[in-house]
Amino acid sequence: MDDLLAVTGLTVGFATESGLAQVLDQVDFRIGRGEIVGLVGESGCGKTTLARAILGVLPANSARISAGSIEFDGRDLLQEDPDALATDIRGRAITFVPQDPFSSFNPVFTIGTQIKELMKWKSPDAEPGSGPRRYARARRRSDLERVLELLRIVQLPDPQALLRKYPHEVSGGQRQRLMIAMALLPEPKLIIADEPTTALDVTIQAQILKLLRRLAAERGVSVLFTTHDLGTAYEICDRMTVMYAGQDVESAPSDSFFTEPRHIYTVRLLQSLPSRDHGIRGIPGQVPDLTAPPRGCRFHPRCDAASALCRQTRPDPSDVGAGHVARCWHPAPGEATP
Amino acid sequence: MTADALLSLENLSKHFPVLNVWKRRSGWLKALDEVSLSVHKGEILGIVGESGCGKSTLGKTVMGIHRPTSGRIIFEGNDITHLKPYQSRGMRRDLQYTYQDPGASLDPRWKIGRSLDEPLVIHTRLDRRARRERVREILDAVGLPEGHLDLYPHEISGGQQRRVGLARILTLHPTMVVLDEPTSGLDVSVQATILNLFLDLQKRFDLTYVFISHDLGVVRMVCDRVAVMYLGKVVELGSSDEIFDRPRHPYTQSLLAAVPQIGKGRVTETFWLEGEPPDPGNLPSGCRFRTRCTQARDDCALEVPPLVEHNPGHADACLYSAARDYSPA
Repeated sequence: MDDLLAVTGLTVGFATESGLAQVLDQVDFRIGRGEIVGLVGESGCGKTTLARAILGVLPANSARISAGSIEFDGRDLLQEDPDALATDIRGRAITFVPQDPFSSFNPVFTIGTQIKELMKWKSPDAEPGSGPRRYARARRRSDLERVLELLRIVQLPDPQALLRKYPHEVSGGQRQRLMIAMALLPEPKLIIADEPTTALDVTIQAQILKLLRRLAAERGVSVLFTTHDLGTAYEICDRMTVMYAGQDVESAPSDSFFTEPRHIYTVRLLQSLPSRDHGIRGIPGQVPDLTAPPRGCRFHPRCDAASALCRQTRPDPSDVGAGHVARCWHPAPGEATP
Repeated sequence: MTADALLSLENLSKHFPVLNVWKRRSGWLKALDEVSLSVHKGEILGIVGESGCGKSTLGKTVMGIHRPTSGRIIFEGNDITHLKPYQSRGMRRDLQYTYQDPGASLDPRWKIGRSLDEPLVIHTRLDRRARRERVREILDAVGLPEGHLDLYPHEISGGQQRRVGLARILTLHPTMVVLDEPTSGLDVSVQATILNLFLDLQKRFDLTYVFISHDLGVVRMVCDRVAVMYLGKVVELGSSDEIFDRPRHPYTQSLLAAVPQIGKGRVTETFWLEGEPPDPGNLPSGCRFRTRCTQARDDCALEVPPLVEHNPGHADACLYSAARDYSPA
């Protein structure tokens, strides 16, 4: 399959007071063209770090990328000149929808001012590297047209009036629609949406997910959708990758991911969701300390199927059938478990 | 109100003033508007709704954190609506509240042991030894090792902080606990263990819970009865099974339809509700949901629909829900 993004063996550590924390450990991850891929896992599993590494916005003073490659559209993002990335990858070919749309706006400028500022730099018509100095009058008009068109596409009422409003004057759902519009502006190939509906109410969440799914299909944009909520991932993702303690433990197409999970962690995670059929079952224990991760499989201290092999030797990703790739020595047989 | 009601609310309202730029009152925000509910002994009553629907205001008004604008709160047969602080102390021991984020409500400079000891110092006359005994017993009940008494709040995980928050109120042996978003911010695997803990403790200590949450999946699992709120009003009230299997109010129906369900049809393909809730400081006349309701008719704007019990134990506040029973739409 033709991949838009292929992350291979990515290893990222953070310097902490108690030593180097391996937040990403040889992670493999890929996104096809036009595909919506869900990156799920519990807090601290490294999903946000992976998203940030792809975007190239890891904190420079504490994060260390020690191995691996991030190949995007035929270019290795880790080898490229940072200036080149800033002009034609970040914010252009790859854009970002944040979790909290409120703190991403500047509260003292109107929404219109902030969107126009973005257009100066990142409009599809702007030459790479050109800034506000060469912001031609003709382009200004065509850009404004484009903005209004996009605001209509994300179903925001009365776009002209909206541009004159301040961020606090619009609701959370509308702010998230604005963020999606802004992420679509530069006509990107990949949108990274980091928990885009976590801060929203469930009825608004359904509307935003619907919008995101429709737009991705219409425009052929790939979406990396990180979430801790398996339900929302089920709604819009074509393929899923589960992370646990800095490793990609299972990747599979959505269809069989939810019905036939293979990695024991995925099975237990799905069973943790409240449901009438099986009551409430949690996973005992805690996520390991990443400065001193357990030997072997990182999930073995919490796993009820762990054997001596799991405690000693680290499982590599292997094909376990039905398009599932899992890092597990004793994958579940694959019948409908949850 | 039934006889076995441990807590009953009668037409309880809480209105907050809306101030304009000159700090003059320009209107009222009806966070809680004429709500009547009763909580029976030993049950878990869920209160669900989206942000701004007044579910947290309800919990806080019951606790006396907010002073009600009108209406009455009756707890264990006594009117506690307008108690003076010194009068309410005995009642506080029986009626307890857990905050959304126990990590933020524990003193960061106090060890867990001291935080657990404090309510006993305030509310009981136990000596130091008896207090330590009580703390140990509760710590064991919530599944925390004794070593945690010497840790600071930042040294334990979010799930453990919830356990401490729960231990802190259970040391007083309350009869009723208001749980305000008790699992928000927890990972699902931890959430499941915490929910099981709530259920265990309820049986063990014979507790009554008011369970305030926006997570419908959790509420369905845990609660015996559910009240659905929309913009300060209870729009539907009934047993958990009734509400989730046979919702009658259009708002409840759309709220349930919005929840993603793994293995069922995709909500993104079927969801019909458009728009966002109106500004709570400037509510529409009549039924508050009519601006988003697909089945709204002209008379929905005329009067506020009362909460009517159509089937025994299942009430809703929609003018047309009974009519729909005969002609299923």
